[in-house]
Amino acid sequence: MIETDILIIGAGPTGLFAVFEAGLLQLKCHLIDALPQAGGQCSEIYPKKPIYDIPGFPEILAGELVDNLMEQIKPFQPGFTLGERADTIEKLEDGSFVVTTGKGTKHHAPIVAIAGGLGSFEPRKPLLENLAEYEDKGVAYIIKDPEIYRDKKVIISGGGDSALDWSIFLADVASEVTLVHRRNEFRGALDSVEKVQQLKNQGKINLITPAEVVALHGDGHLTSVTIQKVGGEPGHMVLEVDNFIPLFGLSPKLGPLADWGLEIEKNAIKVDNTLDYQTNIPGVYAIGDVNTYPGKLKLILCGFHEATLMCQSAYQRIFPDKKYVMKYTTVGGVTGFDGSRKEAPKAVVKTID
Amino acid sequence: MSDIKIKITDRDGVTHEVDAPTDMNMNLMEVVRSYELAPEGTVGICGGMAMCASCQCYIRSDHPLPEKSDDEDAMLAEAFHVEDSSRLGCQIHMTDELNGLEVELAPES
Repeated sequence: MIETDILIIGAGPTGLFAVFEAGLLQLKCHLIDALPQAGGQCSEIYPKKPIYDIPGFPEILAGELVDNLMEQIKPFQPGFTLGERADTIEKLEDGSFVVTTGKGTKHHAPIVAIAGGLGSFEPRKPLLENLAEYEDKGVAYIIKDPEIYRDKKVIISGGGDSALDWSIFLADVASEVTLVHRRNEFRGALDSVEKVQQLKNQGKINLITPAEVVALHGDGHLTSVTIQKVGGEPGHMVLEVDNFIPLFGLSPKLGPLADWGLEIEKNAIKVDNTLDYQTNIPGVYAIGDVNTYPGKLKLILCGFHEATLMCQSAYQRIFPDKKYVMKYTTVGGVTGFDGSRKEAPKAVVKTID
Repeated sequence: MSDIKIKITDRDGVTHEVDAPTDMNMNLMEVVRSYELAPEGTVGICGGMAMCASCQCYIRSDHPLPEKSDDEDAMLAEAFHVEDSSRLGCQIHMTDELNGLEVELAPES
């Protein structure tokens, strides 16, 4: 069981900044995120896109913002459970919570702060009739262990970075890699596109474009797929394969959070914005894009503010009898749990003769 | 202040005639959201960067539309339920020329 003071669901910018504000109050945080890396949408969807409305940054790339936040919270040693989705919440008799992920990892904390954005990112599945039948029987949307593809015949579909990168990687692992895309053009890092071109020329990747997988065949396990040319070009073919990996990106879904007994409105969690962004379950807060209240704006800068007020309220809940006054970091400095200490340099008082 | 009329058929097949301002730098995805014609969180997920295809729609009238950018084209190549008339709503800005435009929202995917 992972123990912490504030359990944060979602490691996007809002969740990450909450670690900093909690740290100033000497509260420890642990974050759960369904994605394998921190940063939420900023890392997953648009790391190379600029943001212009982060106060104090005339322009910053989303990926850089995440890097900066990770640097800023480092002294507070947050824990991470990445690549796992928070599935269930249980309230214990003492008022604290146990949150369990899909993989069974349990987390225990007096405070839960949901910073889940638009929800957890789930793979987008192509529209194929018997797709579900072959899930885990030859069809997978996420590559967890590349070794299972060793010496297998693999077909990948998609036209983005993940389709390109995994085709390149698996070219050395699988016995046969086929990449199918509906266009001749790929949108991915230029060097990935060039690498695929090279591997195609060497005969290590079998490239079929513009085409798509239109049917799956098998007997319990996938054995072949039908590939259809698109764009008016005639012809279809049946290709023998062991594995089909459709990589069409991820889309966020509120998912199991919707069943936590929280008040939901317009796919978001209703909170008390007059005070502390607490939900209808005392001790459970919702901050950032995942919450809603009159006048709500889904902006990173609003998430930062909400995270800050949430931490103050969480502190009061954990230590109802402690007196506390907010202290400016310029005055109080930043004392990390790792023993690090940052503070403003002392002014020099010296007489001038 | 100038408004144009647009007919938007939602994902349940209901057609709405709405006024869209042309002077607010709005795009079709934002018009859909402002009238709440699709549940929040199911349209315009990426915010309008042509990076998610949640605002895909089918153009049902023959209005002259801006050319697809490479980004939009590439995104549509990876989207589902794509037809020849598919566009990303976030890439269609409201201009006077689009008065009377008719579109249909693509299914959620």
